[in-house]
Amino acid sequence: MSRYIYADNAATTPVSEPVLEAMLPFLKEEYGNPSSIYQKGRAALAAIEHARVQTANALGCEPGEIYFTGCGSEADNWALKAAVLALAKKGKTHLITTVFEHHAILHTAQKLERLGCQVTYLPVSPEGLVDPADVAAAIRPETALVSVMYANNEIGTIQPIAEIGAICRERGIWFHTDAVQAVGNVEIDVKAQNIDMLSLSAHKFHGPKGVGALYLRRGIAIPNLLDGGGQERGHRAGTENVASIVGLGRAIELACDPAAIARKREHLTPLRDRIIAAALELPHTRLNGDPVKRLPGTINLSFEGVEGESLLLMLDLNGIAASSGSACTSGSLDPSHVLLALGLTHDVAHGSLRLSLAEDITEEEADYIIETIPTVVARLRAMSPLWEKIVKAEQ
Amino acid sequence: MLYSEKVLDHFSNPRNVGEIEDADAVGEVGNAKCGDIMKMYLKIDGDTITDVKFKTFGCGAAIATSSIATEMIKGKKISEALKLSNKAVIEALDGLPPAKIHCSVLAEQAVKAALSDYYRKQGIDPTPIVGEIGDCEACHG
Repeated sequence: MSRYIYADNAATTPVSEPVLEAMLPFLKEEYGNPSSIYQKGRAALAAIEHARVQTANALGCEPGEIYFTGCGSEADNWALKAAVLALAKKGKTHLITTVFEHHAILHTAQKLERLGCQVTYLPVSPEGLVDPADVAAAIRPETALVSVMYANNEIGTIQPIAEIGAICRERGIWFHTDAVQAVGNVEIDVKAQNIDMLSLSAHKFHGPKGVGALYLRRGIAIPNLLDGGGQERGHRAGTENVASIVGLGRAIELACDPAAIARKREHLTPLRDRIIAAALELPHTRLNGDPVKRLPGTINLSFEGVEGESLLLMLDLNGIAASSGSACTSGSLDPSHVLLALGLTHDVAHGSLRLSLAEDITEEEADYIIETIPTVVARLRAMSPLWEKIVKAEQ
Repeated sequence: MLYSEKVLDHFSNPRNVGEIEDADAVGEVGNAKCGDIMKMYLKIDGDTITDVKFKTFGCGAAIATSSIATEMIKGKKISEALKLSNKAVIEALDGLPPAKIHCSVLAEQAVKAALSDYYRKQGIDPTPIVGEIGDCEACHG
């Protein structure tokens, strides 16, 4: 194939060259166990602690507030389950979250519900935004934790995290945010934004897969994720994934450099908006999520009369890798819970497409996406009996 | 989830796409809520299906199963078309992922729905011949 544009960076990103270079020594000569006292062990431990400093610098916290985990989902699971375990003895068994969280949060909240917790799932606006006033109104004396995602993984809308953080801090409620999609895209300052816990995942910003982190504000005592040895200050036992942690540290340092974030935003925003504007020229097409309060590279569109999986397959045949909120790509019959939360009907939600652009996408590649989408949509609509009905209803 | 080469071939070059304006029978199954609609048009001469066209809203497997089903019944006797099973459709496509089996059921039902329409137009009750066309198992909505 002559051309292949990877436009699914919200799913994962390639490990960058400097990240790989930073990792390689720890897969080769520096193979020591960080818990060992001899030189090789000390070198591995020093590397992990350096990664902790890099991560803390990126988030505006202390290194001692960073705990490395196996992935973003692990950090999410830990934050919710541990907060409830820590506060249940004080009678606090109520959680507040939103209807459009990632499944790592939603399914964890549902499990806690089955175990006796009460959970409030806040609605989102048709633009995909959480209203901080809804958070304030949902807080009860028995509320243990508020968990609101920083940026939505499917539609890319950025939530008013600082406002929600201020409300939670004032009311003395712990505030967790799943920032897996946000890190490297927006400037995060956990202290200024009053965030108590934050989950992140390295492979979303050119780090390796299989490593994430939880930021846990000092003073918040929660139960261990894994009991055993003293790794991660006793909170997550098990020999550390040294090379991956080193990769996470280097990747977050590069991704969260304010100049890198600004560069990415300035490069991607106009390209993103150009692709959106071109797509919206097609009839019966909508942009999902607020047009402005969104990640610089994330686009979510619905094309009526077209089913999302066939759209992805045909884009793939034309050299574009993308994603969909279609039921057919998830193995379930219901389309994306995120799109349904925005108020889309099932048939419209089935025809959705997510493009998440890489920071090095060229103008010419954006043009190719702009040219290809109408062709592919037209081809699928021409064979769609649903499209035929839509057109007839209009006449 | 992996599609066979055959599925990808029928998806990217679907056979017999379109409508037949003076069709002798039309059948439609599925619904938009579930994300699959198949519509099949037949031209019938005597007891032979002389032409078939389809239109499908659905995933890659839905388009591929519709396409191959039209190939499997074109030029065949009605009695043979009535024997088309979803298993035969799956075999002809060199298999389908488990989550996509319902697409093959839909293809079988689309053929049967079109033949039922044919019998109804002849003033013949299709049920004893074609049988009941139930909802796709996967669709409970």
